Formats: sequence, C-alpha cells, structure tokens
Amino acid sequence: MIRPDIFTETATALKTIYDNQLPQLRQLKDWQSKYRILMTLGKELPAFDSEWHRDEFLVQGCESKAWLLHYQDPVTNQHFWAFDSDARIVKGLIILLLVQLNGLKAEELAHAKPELLLSELQLQQNISQSRSNGLQAVLNKIKAVM
Amino acid sequence: MNFNLSALRQQFPFFSAHPDWIYLDNAATLHKPQVVLDAMNLFYSQQNSNVHRSAHGLSQQATAAFEAARSTVAQFLNARFSHEIIWTSGTTAGFNQLVFGMMGPVLQPGDRVLISSMEHHANIVPWHIHALPFGVTLDRVPLTADHRFDLTAFEELLKLKPKVVSISHVSNALGHIQPVAEIVRLAKAAGAIVVLDGAQGIVWETVDVQALDVDFYLFSGHKLYGPTGIGVLYGKTKYLELLRPLLGGGEMIKTVCFSHSSWNDLPYRLEAGTPNMAGAIGLAAAILWLQQQDLTAMQQHKTALVQRFYAGCQQIPALELLSGPTTNAGIVALNLKNEHPADLATLLDQQKIAVRAGTHCAMPLFQALNVKGSVRFSFACYNSFDEVDRTLTALATAVELFAE
Repeated sequence: MIRPDIFTETATALKTIYDNQLPQLRQLKDWQSKYRILMTLGKELPAFDSEWHRDEFLVQGCESKAWLLHYQDPVTNQHFWAFDSDARIVKGLIILLLVQLNGLKAEELAHAKPELLLSELQLQQNISQSRSNGLQAVLNKIKAVM
Repeated sequence: MNFNLSALRQQFPFFSAHPDWIYLDNAATLHKPQVVLDAMNLFYSQQNSNVHRSAHGLSQQATAAFEAARSTVAQFLNARFSHEIIWTSGTTAGFNQLVFGMMGPVLQPGDRVLISSMEHHANIVPWHIHALPFGVTLDRVPLTADHRFDLTAFEELLKLKPKVVSISHVSNALGHIQPVAEIVRLAKAAGAIVVLDGAQGIVWETVDVQALDVDFYLFSGHKLYGPTGIGVLYGKTKYLELLRPLLGGGEMIKTVCFSHSSWNDLPYRLEAGTPNMAGAIGLAAAILWLQQQDLTAMQQHKTALVQRFYAGCQQIPALELLSGPTTNAGIVALNLKNEHPADLATLLDQQKIAVRAGTHCAMPLFQALNVKGSVRFSFACYNSFDEVDRTLTALATAVELFAE
C-alpha cells in the first residue's frame, strides 16, 4: 500500500528545499560546495518505505536506481511525486527537478523547462545523453503523465 | 631497451588534445598511437578498394595489405596458420559467432559448459541466447575469498565433464590475472575444448596460442591500442572447421543456387560481408608498434602504477578495495563504504579524472560479491606516477565531501 501522506510530506520537504537550500546553491560558485549541498538534500525527504522499492516503480535506464511514485489530485488535477534513489547525487538532482515540477497540472508540465535550473547551477552535464545516471529517464517519466 | 614515459606518451595525440584530463578508463578503451592513425589514413587515402573480389590491380593491392594484417596477427599469437585468424568486429561479436557456431557440431542437448564467476557479459549472454534453449547447462567456477579464480573448485567442476570451458584471461572488472596455463592444462586433461576471453589479457602479456595449447582465443583491437570495430577470433583449424557460420552473405560462400549454398574455406567462411579492412590494417599497425616496445618494462611500469595507487587508497579511510595489488593487469576496483559508486565517479569527473562506475558488464560478479558495483581505475602504459598521485588527491577530496 502506498501511504498517501508520502506525497504531502514530500511536497513539504520540496518546499523547504526550494526556500532554503536552492538560494544557497544559486550563490555558490565552487563545485565542492555545490555538490556538498546536493548530496545532503536527500536527508530532507520523508522516509521512503523499502516496500516501495519495487520494479513497477523503478525508472529504467539507471546505473543507479530510482523509484518514482505518482499521485494525481482528482479535484485540482495536480500531479504529485514521491521518490527514492540509491545514489546521493542522483537523489539531489531529482529533487532539483521536482522542486520545479511537483504539484503542476498537465498543461503546466508541458511548458516546464526544469533543465534550465540545472544549467544555471552548472549541473547540466548530469542530464546529458551520455550519462547513465538515468536523470533524463526520470524526467521523461514525469513528463509522460501528460 | 628502457622505458621512456614522456617519449611514449608523445606518440598518443589524444593527450595533447586533453592535457587537463587524467584518463584511467583504459580497460574500456585504449588511446591510439599516431602510427595506427597513419596506417588507417594511408589505407583510405591510397589503398582503398574492396578485397578479394574485384578483378583490378588496385583490389589486389588492398587484398595484399589486408591479408598481410592477418599474417601479422597470426605471427603475434604464434598461430600455426593465417587462416586460423578470423576477423570479427570485436570480442563480443566473436563470442556470438563462436557460441552459435558450436551448437550442433560441438555441443548437444545435455552437454555442459563451464565459465567463471567473473566473466564479462560477452562470455555469458551468448550462452544464454544460443546454448541454454538448446538444452546445454552452464556451470560457474566460484570466487575465492580474495576474489580470485578458485582452482580447487574448478577441478571439482571438471568432474562434471564439461564439453567447453570458457574463461577470461584477465578479469575486466577486477584486473586479476587468471591462472590460464593451469586452467588450460586441467581442462584439456578433462577432455574439454578451451576458450579464453583475451579482451583484457592480450594487452598485458604476449600470448603463444600453441605453447598455451588453447583452442580458441578472442580479443578486440581497440583494447590493444588499435581501432574500434575490429577484433580477432583465433581457433585451431580442426575446431574452426566445425563452426556453423552465424552470418551469411558475401565472401563466405563457395556456390549459391536458389535452394542451397555451399560454404567457402577458412577463414572466409566465417567472415560474411565486406570486412573492416582499415580496422584490420590499423590493428596490425598497433601490433607492430607494440612489438617495438619493451613489453617487460611496460608490465613493470603498470604494476608499479597499480601498487602505488593501491597503497595510496589504503591510506584513505572507508575505501573498500575489491582488487588485489598482485597478479593484477592494471585495474583497481573499489567502493566507498555505504555509498553508491556512481556518486564517487561523478565527484572524480568534476575533477577531470575519467573512470568507470557500475557493474562493468559483469553483473554476476557483483551479485557474487554482494555489492552494487564499483568504481574502476584502469591503468595503461602511458599513465604516470604523477597522475596516480593527483588521482589519489582527487579521491581524498571526493571522499571528504561524503563525510558531511
């Protein structure tokens, strides 16, 4: 059973990161400080039940693993997400995508360009085609709900 | 001869194009000396014509160059005949031909094949595709506690009378050199046909296929300072003649009528289609280049690089080393305790250290080791002690970032 609270708790954590860590990341210039924060972002997320580490939630194309849960609010039509990854940097990068995409409606998702934030933070190399980390696959899966 | 690293390195144009990178992904592919690039350029600019077919003199020149390349490989391996050298597109393609070709003529339903726990997928998946559905059983030699080939268990498994024993010369994930002379001797004594996957082994040491008495030996050009898209399947004549061709088409046939075709002689029977002529010539140039080097000095240099790096890693807390520093062809695989190898590799990439992270096309090995994968540092003759030291500094910087 997927605990419905996971989506609201994830949304709260993403909001906290958007308000607190994202402004810090925008100010930092050196890669060490950026990656130091990126690698700790996952700690803000609510615990992801190991029972959800199931193949049906696994995103294909990852050298590291990512599991993505989805919920659409039937009243507002907003799409909400919860996720986990076994690699810290991938987890941090997915957070940076979801702080922009979580809670969007399908028509808003269609116009979203979450890669721009990664470019601004000079982390865009992590989402290139040659990367086996599966970040592009995660983004494709999010956009596929449209 | 002695070993002059800077003179050697200057022969590789890649490094002057990327002076700020440290390339330690040599087990994935090696860089090419200028003479290899020159030989291929010469072929395309002055010798290019299709081999074996056309009536004109230009084709005869191209054919002569192409067959001279085959002779170079045959001499390099000390094969009895040039026709025992089959061109492939690489080790993986070679294994697919070999395994497909054995089904029926060599292997029958109920037969057994023995591989090891540290094989590359190229020596696993073709057996899954072609052999298992055919009713052949695949057995596996376990690892010892220090991640080596378990010779005692091997001797026990040979009592099951495998028809074929197929083992890597050097483990692509760990760098450990397998006891191939002993493996071949024991397997032949048990009546098996012996295949060695030389993808990582051929660059480590000279292989004399007759002295070793191995039945098949496979390797890739690009892991021997040569071009991509060319590889070699060596086989003893009597066994090559048994293989059914995987690919049908031009050059591999003798006669074709509507309902039947008869096959050409070796080696052409197993080389359908226009071959990778420039690749073969580039590989021969790489072999001739290698034969001019001091191979013993190269080995000693690579061993010194591995041992210096290994000792440095032991000084960094929380690193778990999967490879051992001895009987090692130039690879150190490691993990940072409780962390994903992809994260460590990303932090090294930020510092322009090129390594590979993951399961290195050897998933069953990592299942046996019970780890997610590893970060693999693979060294080549052109790497320097300075690069080892800078990599250790970068590694310490990366590890420190996890400690937050």
